[in-house]
Amino acid sequence: MTLHSTDFPQKMRDPDQPLLTVENLTKRYGARIGCADVSFDLYPGEVLGIVGESGSGKSTLLSCLAGHQRADLGRIAYDGRDVLAMSETDRRRLGRTDWAYVHQNPRDGLRMGVSAGGNVGERLMAVGARHYGQIRGKAVDWLGRVEIAADRVDDRPSSFSGGMQQRLQIARNLVTSPRLVFMDEPTGGLDVSVQARLLDLLRGLVRDMGLSVIIVTHDLAVVRLLAHRLMVMKSGRVVEQGLTDQVLDDPQHAYTQLLVSSVLQV
Amino acid sequence: MLDAGSHADAYNFAYLDEQTKRMIRRAILKGIAVPGYQVPFASREMPMPYGWGTGGVQVTAACLVPEDRLKVIDQGADDTTNAVSIRRFFQRTAGVAVTESTPEATLIQTRHRIPETPMTEGQILVYQVPIPEPLRFLEPRETETRKMHELEEYGLMHVKLYEDIARHGQIATSYAYPVKVEGRYVMDPSPIPKFDNPKLSGNPAIQLFGAGREQRIYALPPWTEAVSLDFDDHPFETSKAPHDCDLCGARASYLDEVITDDQGGRMFVCSDTDFCAGRRAEGHVGRLGEAA
Ligand SMILES: Nc1ncnc2c1ncn2[C@@H]1O[C@H](COP(=O)(O)OP(=O)(O)OP(=O)(O)O)[C@@H](O)[C@H]1O
Ligand SMILES: [Mg+2]
Ligand SMILES: [Zn+2]
Repeated sequence: MTLHSTDFPQKMRDPDQPLLTVENLTKRYGARIGCADVSFDLYPGEVLGIVGESGSGKSTLLSCLAGHQRADLGRIAYDGRDVLAMSETDRRRLGRTDWAYVHQNPRDGLRMGVSAGGNVGERLMAVGARHYGQIRGKAVDWLGRVEIAADRVDDRPSSFSGGMQQRLQIARNLVTSPRLVFMDEPTGGLDVSVQARLLDLLRGLVRDMGLSVIIVTHDLAVVRLLAHRLMVMKSGRVVEQGLTDQVLDDPQHAYTQLLVSSVLQV
Repeated sequence: MLDAGSHADAYNFAYLDEQTKRMIRRAILKGIAVPGYQVPFASREMPMPYGWGTGGVQVTAACLVPEDRLKVIDQGADDTTNAVSIRRFFQRTAGVAVTESTPEATLIQTRHRIPETPMTEGQILVYQVPIPEPLRFLEPRETETRKMHELEEYGLMHVKLYEDIARHGQIATSYAYPVKVEGRYVMDPSPIPKFDNPKLSGNPAIQLFGAGREQRIYALPPWTEAVSLDFDDHPFETSKAPHDCDLCGARASYLDEVITDDQGGRMFVCSDTDFCAGRRAEGHVGRLGEAA
């Protein structure tokens, strides 16, 4: 069984209109800046990479965008709707339908006490699926799409390797065909060979599903492979943004120059 | 259990002071106004351990009036230590009449069962509740479960049922089976067998639920709809032992299995002792019963 877009009907959308518009987003932790004055547009089907050294505000920005934290200032428009003015019910609903969030640590994004099938099925049940056979069918289908054997459907994630757990987390997030996926260091804790395989998988899914993605990473190889556009952050602020290849091959800002040179390993 | 002595000298009517009873009544009224919603209340120390149903005892204490006739059952029986102690406690502290008859009782405190004899308007059924939060199984964070109730995010309840079917081939939850109340709040009906779930819905009696340790009260006003959760292809079904009562021959009552000797002899008898005795008094006889 495959998921058709008719399962979760989506509004017709104009590819020339940004899916997400962010203006002057600012979040402070007391006197300390989490992120400040961040503005950008994200278009349908676009992958935006966010890079920067540790503490530069990448995770803060991502969690404010996803509504996990409340920004102090600024505006976020998703598909024409003012996200910060939305009721919490609507925002959380968006979080389980149109949006998805992949955590660096799969333990933060999975229910470790629930079977792989239950993990994938949760979002379906959260939006009203009430047919066990169909939920299970979709779960098995999605396990296949992230290269997990169907006979693991009743196993708990605790019996999975790190790479499998991360693939399960991805399946759990994509099963309702979201339009916008937030990822915070999705390949972070994995071995290099496992990372490469996961990246290939992600690239295929992003392309096939036409996903819009905002991906935070330390790893310039990840953005080189996945991101159409790149945003470089330092001390909570965006110091440079543009097409990925342009930024990496011809960095304008001194900090980006340091970042792409092998001198500064992020 | 502490001997409360004569209620006239040592204690206020039904043990609790009037201010505490008013506080509990406010929680009960709020629970009745918002069926299935868990109302926090400041649970008091009672002269008995938590496992004895102090939540139910406090709700009963707040509801009792001198004219009441109290019945207390534990797993359907009036004569277990727990039931006898609670009944005696209110006899001493409130001086109310007691009964074992479901139709004659004005207030019934129960643990783990709903009486077989249909309840009527004007009666109150008080349940002892150990864990009031139906979402606790999969979401231990209290802040998060409260939010889920507030925003009606109940997908997780079906994850629990999904896990049941995935592991056992069917919904194996047979006690404390969750219900959705009037299309709004999901509620744990306390550890009654799911056999009793249909009786929760459209019941003419007032149903009150008290959790002492967890400090929660919730309620089903008379004639409230309570729907057991399920899947389209695994619909909710009640279940009981596939036998008739060996004493009274009842076909449709909930049965306990009783070991009768050390040769492996066993029999099935109504868990509701008052119901079974009533049937035998009417002349019904089961496989091992003697004519009355
Ligand atoms: N919960 C918090 N309370 C206080 N300060 C915080 C909190 N979270 C982050 N910060 C601070 O905000 C700034 C940005 O942190 P953030 O975690 O967003 O950076 P990051 O770019 O994701 O770093 P890393 O690459 O290490 O994950 C840092 O100075 C950090 O110390
Ligand atoms: Mg981070
Ligand atoms: Zn019987």
